[in-house]
Amino acid sequence: MFGRIMAVLVKEFIQMRRDRMTFGMMIGIPILQLVLFGFAINNDPKNLPTSVLIQDHGRYSRALVAAMQNTEYFRVDSVAATEAEAQRLLTTGAVNFVVTIPAGFERDLARGDQPQLLVQADATDPTASANALAALQQLQYTALRHELRGVLSGLNPDEPAFELVVHRLYNPEGITAYNVVPGLIGVILTMSTILMTSLALTRETERGTMENLLAMPLRPIEVMLGKIVPYIGIGCVQVAIILAAARWLFEVPILGSVPLLYGMLLAFIAANVCLGYTFSTLARTQMQAMQLTFFFFLPSILLSGFMFPFRGMPVWAQWIGEALPLTHFMRIARGILLKGNGFAEVAPSLWPIFVFLAIVGTIALRRYRQTLD
Amino acid sequence: MNGVIDVRGLTKRFGRHVAVNGVSIDVAKGEIAGFLGPNGSGKTTTIRMLCGLLTPDEGEGTCLGLDVRRDSKRIKAQIGYMTQRFSFYEDLTIRENLDFVARLYRLRSRKAQVDRTLERLGLGDRQQQLAGTLSGGWKQRLALAACVMHGPKLLLLDEPTAGVDPEARRVFWDQIHVLADEGLTVLVSTHYMDEAERCHRIFYINEGVVIARGTVDQVIADAGLTTWTVRGPGLARLAAALSDCDGVEQVAPFGNTLHVVGGDAERLEAAIAPFRKRHGLRWELDATSLEDVFIQLMGRRTGGQQAAA
Repeated sequence: MFGRIMAVLVKEFIQMRRDRMTFGMMIGIPILQLVLFGFAINNDPKNLPTSVLIQDHGRYSRALVAAMQNTEYFRVDSVAATEAEAQRLLTTGAVNFVVTIPAGFERDLARGDQPQLLVQADATDPTASANALAALQQLQYTALRHELRGVLSGLNPDEPAFELVVHRLYNPEGITAYNVVPGLIGVILTMSTILMTSLALTRETERGTMENLLAMPLRPIEVMLGKIVPYIGIGCVQVAIILAAARWLFEVPILGSVPLLYGMLLAFIAANVCLGYTFSTLARTQMQAMQLTFFFFLPSILLSGFMFPFRGMPVWAQWIGEALPLTHFMRIARGILLKGNGFAEVAPSLWPIFVFLAIVGTIALRRYRQTLD
Repeated sequence: MNGVIDVRGLTKRFGRHVAVNGVSIDVAKGEIAGFLGPNGSGKTTTIRMLCGLLTPDEGEGTCLGLDVRRDSKRIKAQIGYMTQRFSFYEDLTIRENLDFVARLYRLRSRKAQVDRTLERLGLGDRQQQLAGTLSGGWKQRLALAACVMHGPKLLLLDEPTAGVDPEARRVFWDQIHVLADEGLTVLVSTHYMDEAERCHRIFYINEGVVIARGTVDQVIADAGLTTWTVRGPGLARLAAALSDCDGVEQVAPFGNTLHVVGGDAERLEAAIAPFRKRHGLRWELDATSLEDVFIQLMGRRTGGQQAAA
């Protein structure tokens, strides 16, 4: 019996060695992914982009902004001039927080009237903003400790110098499903559409039908479109199912327009099936095509902001994330469903998907071989 | 020469291996040309170069008057290529496969064309059957039908009868002859001698080089061989003894007989003279068969190569 086990075992090893791509993936990819995700993933995101709307300039507001930066959770990188501008920054997702220092803040503070400080947080992802908001609570007591000296020192120790008003926008109750379900639409579509189309050509090659296909008068673009359009259709059906579940099973609010979401989905699905088709021009076997799919899928869920806060990742990981269609689609889907965004707000996330589509489509058409050479 | 196929010096290398080395082929309209040679001799590679599936490294020529290098797309539209391995969709029905092909070639009155093809095939009542469930012979008939449906001017058939029973082969060849009579030109590769004999002309390729060409009779005559057949007991021992004799180039058993072949009739006769008086052996001077010639040609692979045509 042992001898026969050896026979199978030796054969498996030989075959494994012959399939270089698989072998490389088994050895190289785990290391790459371990390093990539190990350093990229962070559940305690810091340096979250923040905008301040200062309606009362003065030393206290300056000290407050400085103190917020010092927590490392906030990165104040824009000063909004108007309330409308601040809102736009939030809806497009350019910033996670808007801090409004109201008129009369300096005066009220000096008087000990505990002025209100308004903090609007993008709470679509409750975990991303939780720690930052907790740090903010602390600031009530500590931020102005150095500023409040002399006659004002009496205000200092026990009572907060100002009142913190936090608005958790888009997802006030911090329901995880609100954040996860719109993201899931993208994740499920990524997985299923890429996997299906990545087998498109390798299946022909493995079954021996490719030679016949090549011998007939077909152009590469005709093969490609003929192969990917059905899967775009299937993708649309999947979306309908997921949206229905989101609405009635998870009771996720759908604030924006569903037709707009469908339009965006079409672009997203097209990008994915095109990528899958490109994989199928790169892979020689169905096995390799599936490996490529998983190789792409893992960063898609880990670096897109689906499982872990996007802003929590180091900049290099965010750049990788920006290259993934899922990242942009996630912003679009959350924006439309939870924020009620219209086309103007989602457009900044749409064009990267089209760029991706164009690049991947070009590679596919160039990689498609019209001969058996 | 204004043949349907007219190519010169086709060469194809795969890495350092030269699969096809300077092959020239000419086939006239309505001709059935047989393409013969051992496995790995370059038949499939040559056919693939003719239909644009492979780009020749060297050589030039035309297929249907179109340049094989530059016009492969237009060539593809006018030829029918039947691959060695069944390459239609096993998970599609017979009708669906034909319909797919008809759409690809943008045939007008598609349904009528498919119907007619099904009828001619005798597959009308099995049209809803999955192609994968067909036997080898039927798969081959389906493949041929799909190849000729768009009315090609040239058929390239790569070992179409491999693994098909004799009856199906006979039917298949009858069909090929009917098509050729209608003006279709056919290049067919095969291993079978009887099929070679049904071709108007044959090309014998070995190690990427065409080493014999012409009609069957011409190829036999060109080989210039003399063949004796022997019947009787102890042929195996006789074969061993004969093969060492000067003047005997080839000794091959054919059932109960032995074919003794040599290039020089007199030396051959001298060589077998001592054995002719042996008791029980019946010697006969026989016509050289195509198979004798091919065994001879194949033998040159290990021997001298100077005979390249």
